[in-house]
Amino acid sequence: MNVLFFGIAKDIVGSSQITFSDEFKRPNSVADLKAQLIISYPELSKLTSLAVAVNSEYAEDDVSLTVDDEIAIIPPVSGG
Amino acid sequence: MSEKIVEIVDNIDASQVFKELSHPKSGGICVFVGTVREFTREEEVVSLEFETYKKMALKEMDKIASDAVVKWNLNKVIIRHAVGLKEVEVPVVVVGASSAHRDACFEACRYLIDTLKKTVPIWKKERFENKSVWVSAHP
Repeated sequence: MNVLFFGIAKDIVGSSQITFSDEFKRPNSVADLKAQLIISYPELSKLTSLAVAVNSEYAEDDVSLTVDDEIAIIPPVSGG
Repeated sequence: MSEKIVEIVDNIDASQVFKELSHPKSGGICVFVGTVREFTREEEVVSLEFETYKKMALKEMDKIASDAVVKWNLNKVIIRHAVGLKEVEVPVVVVGASSAHRDACFEACRYLIDTLKKTVPIWKKERFENKSVWVSAHP
Protein backbone atom coordinates (compact mmCIF):
# COMPACT_ATOMS: atom_id res chain seq x y z
CA MET A 1 0.00 0.00 0.00
CA ASN A 2 1.46 3.35 -1.09
CA VAL A 3 0.66 6.71 0.48
CA LEU A 4 1.45 10.01 -1.25
CA PHE A 5 2.52 13.17 0.61
CA PHE A 6 2.36 16.80 -0.44
CA GLY A 7 3.35 20.23 0.86
CA ILE A 8 4.39 20.38 4.48
CA ALA A 9 3.42 16.73 5.02
CA LYS A 10 6.06 15.75 2.46
CA ASP A 11 8.66 17.82 4.35
CA ILE A 12 7.70 16.25 7.70
CA VAL A 13 7.84 12.69 6.38
CA GLY A 14 10.92 13.44 4.27
CA SER A 15 9.50 11.72 1.20
CA SER A 16 6.73 12.11 -1.35
CA GLN A 17 5.65 8.49 -0.90
CA ILE A 18 5.82 5.76 1.73
CA THR A 19 4.90 2.11 1.40
CA PHE A 20 3.20 -0.12 3.97
CA SER A 21 4.59 -3.48 2.90
CA ASP A 22 3.76 -5.60 5.96
CA GLU A 23 0.19 -6.73 5.39
CA PHE A 24 -0.44 -7.21 9.11
CA LYS A 25 0.51 -3.62 9.92
CA ARG A 26 -1.22 -2.12 6.93
CA PRO A 27 -3.87 0.47 7.99
CA ASN A 28 -7.38 -0.69 7.20
CA SER A 29 -9.19 2.65 7.50
CA VAL A 30 -8.54 6.37 7.11
CA ALA A 31 -8.63 6.79 10.91
CA ASP A 32 -6.16 3.93 11.34
CA LEU A 33 -3.80 5.43 8.74
CA LYS A 34 -3.86 8.85 10.42
CA ALA A 35 -3.23 7.29 13.84
CA GLN A 36 -0.26 5.26 12.56
CA LEU A 37 1.26 8.24 10.75
CA ILE A 38 0.93 10.51 13.79
CA ILE A 39 2.77 7.93 15.92
CA SER A 40 5.60 7.74 13.37
CA TYR A 41 5.62 11.47 12.55
CA PRO A 42 4.30 13.44 15.57
CA GLU A 43 4.80 16.77 13.75
CA LEU A 44 1.78 15.89 11.59
CA SER A 45 -0.47 16.36 14.65
CA LYS A 46 0.59 20.04 14.90
CA LEU A 47 -0.92 20.94 11.52
CA THR A 48 -4.12 22.98 11.25
CA SER A 49 -5.80 19.98 9.61
CA LEU A 50 -4.86 16.62 8.15
CA ALA A 51 -7.13 15.21 5.47
CA VAL A 52 -6.87 11.98 3.53
CA ALA A 53 -7.85 11.41 -0.08
CA VAL A 54 -8.73 7.95 -1.36
CA ASN A 55 -8.70 7.61 -5.14
CA SER A 56 -8.44 11.40 -5.39
CA GLU A 57 -11.58 12.15 -3.32
CA TYR A 58 -11.64 13.46 0.26
CA ALA A 59 -12.36 10.52 2.58
CA GLU A 60 -13.87 10.53 6.08
CA ASP A 61 -12.28 8.59 8.96
CA ASP A 62 -14.54 5.54 8.56
CA VAL A 63 -13.59 4.87 4.91
CA SER A 64 -11.79 1.54 4.57
CA LEU A 65 -8.53 1.17 2.64
CA THR A 66 -7.31 -1.54 0.30
CA VAL A 67 -3.89 -2.12 -1.29
CA ASP A 68 -5.10 -0.96 -4.68
CA ASP A 69 -6.39 2.42 -3.49
CA GLU A 70 -4.47 5.58 -4.36
CA ILE A 71 -4.08 7.20 -0.95
CA ALA A 72 -2.82 10.72 -0.32
CA ILE A 73 -2.23 12.84 2.76
CA ILE A 74 -3.64 16.34 2.30
CA PRO A 75 -2.22 18.96 4.69
CA PRO A 76 -4.01 22.38 4.92
CA VAL A 77 -4.49 23.62 1.36
CA SER A 78 -3.37 27.13 0.41
CA GLY A 79 -4.03 27.67 -3.27
CA GLY A 80 -5.10 30.98 -4.78
CA MET B 1 -24.63 23.89 -23.05
CA SER B 2 -22.18 25.88 -21.02
CA GLU B 3 -18.45 25.75 -21.50
CA LYS B 4 -15.99 24.98 -18.72
CA ILE B 5 -12.24 25.55 -18.68
CA VAL B 6 -10.45 23.88 -15.79
CA GLU B 7 -6.65 23.81 -15.95
CA ILE B 8 -3.40 23.64 -14.03
CA VAL B 9 -0.61 25.31 -15.98
CA ASP B 10 2.98 26.47 -15.60
CA ASN B 11 2.27 30.11 -16.50
CA ILE B 12 -0.88 32.23 -16.72
CA ASP B 13 -1.53 34.79 -19.42
CA ALA B 14 -4.32 36.85 -17.83
CA SER B 15 -4.89 38.81 -21.04
CA GLN B 16 -6.54 35.90 -22.86
CA VAL B 17 -9.36 35.43 -20.33
CA PHE B 18 -11.84 37.92 -21.82
CA LYS B 19 -11.77 36.07 -25.12
CA GLU B 20 -12.19 32.75 -23.35
CA LEU B 21 -15.28 33.94 -21.45
CA SER B 22 -16.88 35.93 -24.25
CA HIS B 23 -20.30 34.50 -25.23
CA PRO B 24 -23.22 35.80 -27.33
CA LYS B 25 -25.77 35.12 -24.55
CA SER B 26 -23.69 36.90 -21.91
CA GLY B 27 -24.23 40.48 -20.79
CA GLY B 28 -21.48 40.33 -18.18
CA ILE B 29 -18.12 38.76 -17.50
CA CYS B 30 -16.49 38.85 -14.09
CA VAL B 31 -12.86 37.82 -13.56
CA PHE B 32 -10.66 37.50 -10.49
CA VAL B 33 -6.88 37.32 -10.90
CA GLY B 34 -4.80 36.32 -7.88
CA THR B 35 -1.21 37.59 -7.91
CA VAL B 36 1.94 37.32 -5.82
CA ARG B 37 2.04 40.07 -3.17
CA GLU B 38 5.34 41.52 -2.05
CA PHE B 39 4.71 41.61 1.70
CA THR B 40 3.23 39.18 4.22
CA ARG B 41 2.90 40.61 7.75
CA GLU B 42 5.53 43.25 6.86
CA GLU B 43 8.05 40.65 5.73
CA GLU B 44 9.30 40.85 2.17
CA VAL B 45 8.37 37.85 0.04
CA VAL B 46 10.97 36.84 -2.58
CA SER B 47 8.73 34.34 -4.36
CA LEU B 48 5.94 31.82 -3.90
CA GLU B 49 6.23 28.16 -4.78
CA PHE B 50 3.07 26.25 -5.66
CA GLU B 51 2.69 22.51 -5.78
CA THR B 52 -0.36 20.36 -6.39
CA TYR B 53 -1.84 16.89 -6.34
CA LYS B 54 -2.84 17.44 -9.93
CA LYS B 55 -5.27 14.60 -10.51
CA MET B 56 -7.33 15.47 -7.43
CA ALA B 57 -6.99 19.23 -7.90
CA LEU B 58 -8.48 19.05 -11.39
CA LYS B 59 -11.36 16.93 -10.06
CA GLU B 60 -12.08 19.43 -7.27
CA MET B 61 -11.80 22.39 -9.64
CA ASP B 62 -14.21 20.69 -12.03
CA LYS B 63 -16.72 20.18 -9.19
CA ILE B 64 -16.53 23.88 -8.28
CA ALA B 65 -16.96 24.95 -11.91
CA SER B 66 -19.88 22.59 -12.46
CA ASP B 67 -21.61 23.68 -9.25
CA ALA B 68 -21.25 27.34 -10.26
CA VAL B 69 -22.65 26.71 -13.74
CA VAL B 70 -25.78 25.14 -12.25
CA LYS B 71 -26.22 27.59 -9.37
CA TRP B 72 -25.83 30.79 -11.43
CA ASN B 73 -26.79 29.51 -14.87
CA LEU B 74 -23.44 30.51 -16.36
CA ASN B 75 -22.69 30.47 -20.07
CA LYS B 76 -18.97 30.02 -19.49
CA VAL B 77 -16.72 29.44 -16.50
CA ILE B 78 -12.98 29.26 -16.05
CA ILE B 79 -10.70 28.11 -13.23
CA ARG B 80 -7.00 28.14 -14.06
CA HIS B 81 -4.21 27.81 -11.50
CA ALA B 82 -0.46 28.01 -12.00
CA VAL B 83 2.18 25.88 -10.26
CA GLY B 84 5.92 26.25 -9.77
CA LEU B 85 8.03 29.17 -8.61
CA LYS B 86 6.29 32.58 -8.96
CA GLU B 87 7.75 36.01 -8.41
CA VAL B 88 6.09 39.21 -7.15
CA GLU B 89 3.22 40.54 -9.33
CA VAL B 90 2.90 37.37 -11.36
CA PRO B 91 -0.67 36.00 -11.81
CA VAL B 92 -1.09 32.61 -10.11
CA VAL B 93 -4.81 32.01 -10.40
CA VAL B 94 -7.59 33.17 -12.71
CA VAL B 95 -11.27 32.45 -12.14
CA GLY B 96 -14.11 33.91 -14.15
CA ALA B 97 -17.78 33.61 -14.96
CA SER B 98 -19.82 34.70 -17.94
CA SER B 99 -23.58 35.15 -17.58
CA ALA B 100 -26.65 36.94 -18.94
CA HIS B 101 -26.68 39.50 -16.10
CA ARG B 102 -23.97 40.90 -13.84
CA ASP B 103 -25.27 39.77 -10.43
CA ALA B 104 -24.80 36.13 -11.37
CA CYS B 105 -21.21 36.49 -12.59
CA PHE B 106 -20.13 38.64 -9.61
CA GLU B 107 -21.51 36.09 -7.14
CA ALA B 108 -20.18 33.12 -9.08
CA CYS B 109 -16.69 34.62 -9.31
CA ARG B 110 -16.51 35.06 -5.55
CA TYR B 111 -17.73 31.49 -5.04
CA LEU B 112 -15.13 30.12 -7.47
CA ILE B 113 -12.11 31.64 -5.71
CA ASP B 114 -13.39 31.19 -2.15
CA THR B 115 -14.19 27.51 -2.69
CA LEU B 116 -10.92 26.87 -4.54
CA LYS B 117 -9.01 28.18 -1.52
CA LYS B 118 -10.89 25.80 0.79
CA THR B 119 -10.93 22.53 -1.11
CA VAL B 120 -8.47 22.31 -4.01
CA PRO B 121 -5.24 20.45 -3.12
CA ILE B 122 -2.73 23.13 -4.04
CA TRP B 123 -0.10 24.33 -1.58
CA LYS B 124 1.99 27.46 -1.49
CA LYS B 125 5.27 28.09 0.21
CA GLU B 126 6.30 31.67 0.87
CA ARG B 127 10.00 32.21 0.34
CA PHE B 128 11.48 35.07 2.35
CA GLU B 129 15.12 36.21 2.40
CA ASN B 130 16.16 33.76 5.14
CA LYS B 131 13.35 31.21 5.46
CA SER B 132 10.41 29.62 3.71
CA VAL B 133 6.98 28.81 5.17
CA TRP B 134 4.09 26.63 4.00
CA VAL B 135 1.07 28.95 4.13
CA SER B 136 -1.75 28.04 6.59
CA ALA B 137 0.00 24.83 7.67
CA HIS B 138 0.00 25.66 11.37
CA PRO B 139 -2.68 27.33 13.51
